[in-house]
Amino acid sequence: MALLTVGIYAIATARHASCSRRVYSVALAISGVALILVLTHLLTASAPATLTLPLSLPWLGAHFRLDALSAFFLIVVNLGGAVASLFALGYGQHERAPERVLPFFPAFLAGMNLVLLADDAFTFLFAWEFMSLTSWALVMAHHQESANARAGYLYLVMACFGTLTLLLAFGMMAGPNGGYDFAAIRAGEMTPGLAAVVLILALLGAGSKAGLVPLHVWLPLAHPAAPSHVSALMSGVMTKVAVYGFIRIVFDLLGEPMAWWWGGLVLALGGITAVLGVLYALMQHDLKRLLAYHTVENIGIIFIGLGLALAFQANHMYASAALALTAALFHILNHSLFKSLLFLGTGAVLTATGERDMERLGGLIHPMPWTALAFLMGAAAISALPPLNGFVSEWLTFQAILLTPELPQWLLKFLAPAVGALLALSAALAAACFVKAFGITFLGRPRSPAATQAQETDRYSLVAMFTLAALCLLAGILPGLVVDSLAPVVGLLNGGAQLATQHTQPWLTLAPIVDAKSAYNGLLVLLFMALSGTAAALLIHRFASSASRRGPAWDCGFPDASPATQYTAGSFAQPIRRVFGSIVFQARERVTMPPPGDGRPARLEVQLRDPVWDYGYAPITMAVIAASTRANHLQYLTIRRYLSLVFGALVVLLLGMALWR
Amino acid sequence: MALITDFLVQGGQMLLILLLAPLLTGWVRTLKAQLLRRRGPSLLQPYRDLLKLLRKEVVLAESASWLFRVAPYLIFAAIWVAAALVPTFASGLMFNWTADLIAIVALLGTARFFLALAGLDVGTSFGGIGSSREMMIASLAEPAMLMMVFTLSLLAGATELTTVARFMLAADVGLRVSLALALLALLIVAIAENARIPVDNPATHLELTMVHEAMVLEYSGRHLALIELAASLKLLLYISLIGCIFAPWGMATAGAGLPAYFIGVAAYLGKLALGGFLLALFETSIAKMRVFRVDQFLGVALMLGLLGALLLFVSRSL
Amino acid sequence: MHGLEFDIAHFLAGSMVVISLLLLYQDRLYALINVFAGHSLTLALAVGWQAYIQEAHHLYVTAGIALVFKAIFIPVALHRIIRKLGIHRTLEVVGGVGRDMLAGAALVALAILVMLPVTAGADALAREDLAFALAVVLLGLLLMISRHNAVSLVIGFMSLENGLVLAAAGARGMPLAVEISVAFSVLIALIVIGIFLFRIRERFDSVDMQAMDAFRGERRR
Repeated sequence: MALLTVGIYAIATARHASCSRRVYSVALAISGVALILVLTHLLTASAPATLTLPLSLPWLGAHFRLDALSAFFLIVVNLGGAVASLFALGYGQHERAPERVLPFFPAFLAGMNLVLLADDAFTFLFAWEFMSLTSWALVMAHHQESANARAGYLYLVMACFGTLTLLLAFGMMAGPNGGYDFAAIRAGEMTPGLAAVVLILALLGAGSKAGLVPLHVWLPLAHPAAPSHVSALMSGVMTKVAVYGFIRIVFDLLGEPMAWWWGGLVLALGGITAVLGVLYALMQHDLKRLLAYHTVENIGIIFIGLGLALAFQANHMYASAALALTAALFHILNHSLFKSLLFLGTGAVLTATGERDMERLGGLIHPMPWTALAFLMGAAAISALPPLNGFVSEWLTFQAILLTPELPQWLLKFLAPAVGALLALSAALAAACFVKAFGITFLGRPRSPAATQAQETDRYSLVAMFTLAALCLLAGILPGLVVDSLAPVVGLLNGGAQLATQHTQPWLTLAPIVDAKSAYNGLLVLLFMALSGTAAALLIHRFASSASRRGPAWDCGFPDASPATQYTAGSFAQPIRRVFGSIVFQARERVTMPPPGDGRPARLEVQLRDPVWDYGYAPITMAVIAASTRANHLQYLTIRRYLSLVFGALVVLLLGMALWR
Repeated sequence: MALITDFLVQGGQMLLILLLAPLLTGWVRTLKAQLLRRRGPSLLQPYRDLLKLLRKEVVLAESASWLFRVAPYLIFAAIWVAAALVPTFASGLMFNWTADLIAIVALLGTARFFLALAGLDVGTSFGGIGSSREMMIASLAEPAMLMMVFTLSLLAGATELTTVARFMLAADVGLRVSLALALLALLIVAIAENARIPVDNPATHLELTMVHEAMVLEYSGRHLALIELAASLKLLLYISLIGCIFAPWGMATAGAGLPAYFIGVAAYLGKLALGGFLLALFETSIAKMRVFRVDQFLGVALMLGLLGALLLFVSRSL
Repeated sequence: MHGLEFDIAHFLAGSMVVISLLLLYQDRLYALINVFAGHSLTLALAVGWQAYIQEAHHLYVTAGIALVFKAIFIPVALHRIIRKLGIHRTLEVVGGVGRDMLAGAALVALAILVMLPVTAGADALAREDLAFALAVVLLGLLLMISRHNAVSLVIGFMSLENGLVLAAAGARGMPLAVEISVAFSVLIALIVIGIFLFRIRERFDSVDMQAMDAFRGERRR
């Protein structure tokens, strides 16, 4: 059933430039239908549906399966796909090279859906590669700019690395019998050592696609290079598919975690990723790169939740694991919502002004008020502000961290508050980052002519953005309903243990453990805030004055007409750069001031070094280049030398076989 | 009938804190002046200031947007809701379970988010200074606060403030160093968040020393009145929080009857007065720090919070 | 042994760890010496309390020695030395106060992680004292290596010795003779260091260690 819709996608690869609207409408329709189908499947908690097609490897066939986990992620993917298609109905009109984007967009959606439905290793990897290749094609759509070409190259390298590790992981899980379908893998037995290796491989493979530090370097280059609706899909949805891969392999196929340090490792990685991601984001002044680095931070938060769940499961504390899993899954949903919203908003700004650089924008709230409102809601949601949805998932993650003192292992007991501090730090820094992003882009005065000539975006884009914003608000004030619909997924991964049903709580409160221990009611908070705000406004306007007039800005009596005197993105981040950046990025500022009378401008140089690149990738790249330069000699050997190489290899293999017996 | 009385008590608490907040600010100001051997303004001066501001016309900068006009109401609403959820004279009121301590901290974060945006709205450099410094201070104060919440929840087993207050009142907690550390951390965070010396000077308009004042520089009239009221409410919130967690004596439980409520109100007023006095004493005896020493100051609060949690782990496992 | 006795001992030992961390936070010399005086005062109180609950009267003498020498005599002497030598009163910190505090918290966690499992059979109060004492020792060492100034080196060394005294007081039965010899050795060390400081100051006009590296011919830059 689901497969048919996927097939229709593949057919819908139109090759004509003028069919942009038609293609996107079809994509929207198919995504919408799929969304509704999957939603009903999840909410009615029906049994998993399977389907086997004699399509791929002859002895294997292609297995597809729709269970609660796939259903949840399919909801995420198709919701993102539907909204992105809706946005592209308007945005696609401005596309310069539509024939490079149009055919690959539906294929990309098809690839993601296939990964989620795959039930054996071959189909999974095939769909994974298909997804990577189509998104690579979309990244290279504007390949004339050299930055995009470099981004595409790095993306391809990292994607190959990810697929390689996943291939190894599946190979090790399938074992010598070659049982590649997931049902066989689930039934098989594995030694703890082997399971640990599979965990690390899965972490590397899925983590490189999702953006865990230190495998995140391609993300901020590739995600911004694609067109905006594709960036929204890549950041908001494709990273979630990678997280799905990790969850499927580790929670479902590997079964019970066999050692407590699995959870600790994932937890530590998640914490470091979260803080590094947001620190990187704060240093950016390109809107899209800032959002891409922010995706890294949110993936870190998701992995914190998953690590906690692993740690709890290894110690047989299933109720706490249910809470941690719910927090992670809720954050997956939330992040896809608000990250897509933010990327779509950036796309709107890009079409309106042609600029992505915050330092050349400003004051856009006046010509584009609706886009500004949608972006503001996205920014407030991602900064974890009540009563929106970002706060709910962070709150759930904190509650899960507060349960860690029950863990018996000392290292985990000490790691958890440290990771809690890192999580709190990343949340506070994220708020700072988005004050900067929204404030410098939309508020203040325009910093360049492009910003003064902006215009509001078209209806489709606005409807798409406001749909997402409305969903953010709904998920924030009705969290109990979301938690209840996540319960079957959590039960699947947790051996049946779930959280208590939430929608029966009084006034729709969210009380994950016990009411007296911790509770949160988003609806009441919103109501109280709305009531007090409007009451204050009404009372004041009625009984006090409501007069107002416009005048020049006060500015302590020294107003300056030039918009260059207001704060820029770099200057906004300067205190934080000085406090955190001097440790993490070795941030150094240098001022060169020419002597008085000299006509040259004064210069402020800020130097940041990326520690992951300097200590991780640069040595590896140099080692690879050194090794390949050495190996280059192999191209120039004589015929006798080549023959002796073949002979030597044969002898070594025979020796190996003899000794191994 | 019980429902209506509960509702009335809860509403009464919300109104009480709204009316007390300017009085607290006036108390602190007058005490500071008297400690400096001046006569000081009358205790009711903040009320007069607020009324004056409410009746004045608002002057909006030409580059201000709708966000600038809406922000004061949002900020006021967020802080009032947060302050109303902290138990003051009685614990376990009707809506106390709407938000636990983490949610209260996050509501203050909402207010701060919109205040920082309002600072950036007009497009002057003063607003930018205030917003960027405020976000730097917040990026360290929030984790310190959450670490303190962690320590507290380890001890009391909950983040719901009513439960914490009742635990502190009932159980023989003993003289624990983790509690002292949590109290120190909360005090440091309270000073930073309320823009008090040594982090920020609430009475200055010098560029070098402004953080909170810089963000609200362009506000006037009723908007400024709301923001000032919100700031007073925030100070009241923090002192109530310290009183509720670390000195919960005298707090009534919900439904305990009118005499218990009166005792609770009296105890609460006493705590506010004492807190204001200590704050005034502290502010007059220390100088303001340079901006880049503030992060070390807040880093101490973060370390104290972490240390409190670690020490609790130690004493739990013995 | 839970109850008021345990609580007060726990409180005093924990306060010593906190004050050691506060020593790392100071960037002015006078404040450093004053905080160190507070450190020694807390040590005196902690050892005195141990004397009370263990009913080991020789520990009262230890507490008295800590109070008189370390909380009063040595800080006053250091104040005099600084004023006489005119030493620059701001401390430069290698790497930054923030990094030091992070390292300090990690060291406390390390001390707890090491000490608690090792002393699993012992009495609760002794285990805790040992864990906190190790933390104080490590923090004293951190203070010694993270400042350029010679006076702060002395203070770090003294706070390290305070930690050792705390450990000895917690583990029952430290004879008085050992304590007297330890105290006298510390006094001698202080006199020697003081004399050296005077001589260094006379020859080189400063007690900044970085400047002295240049005279040794081992300057890095």
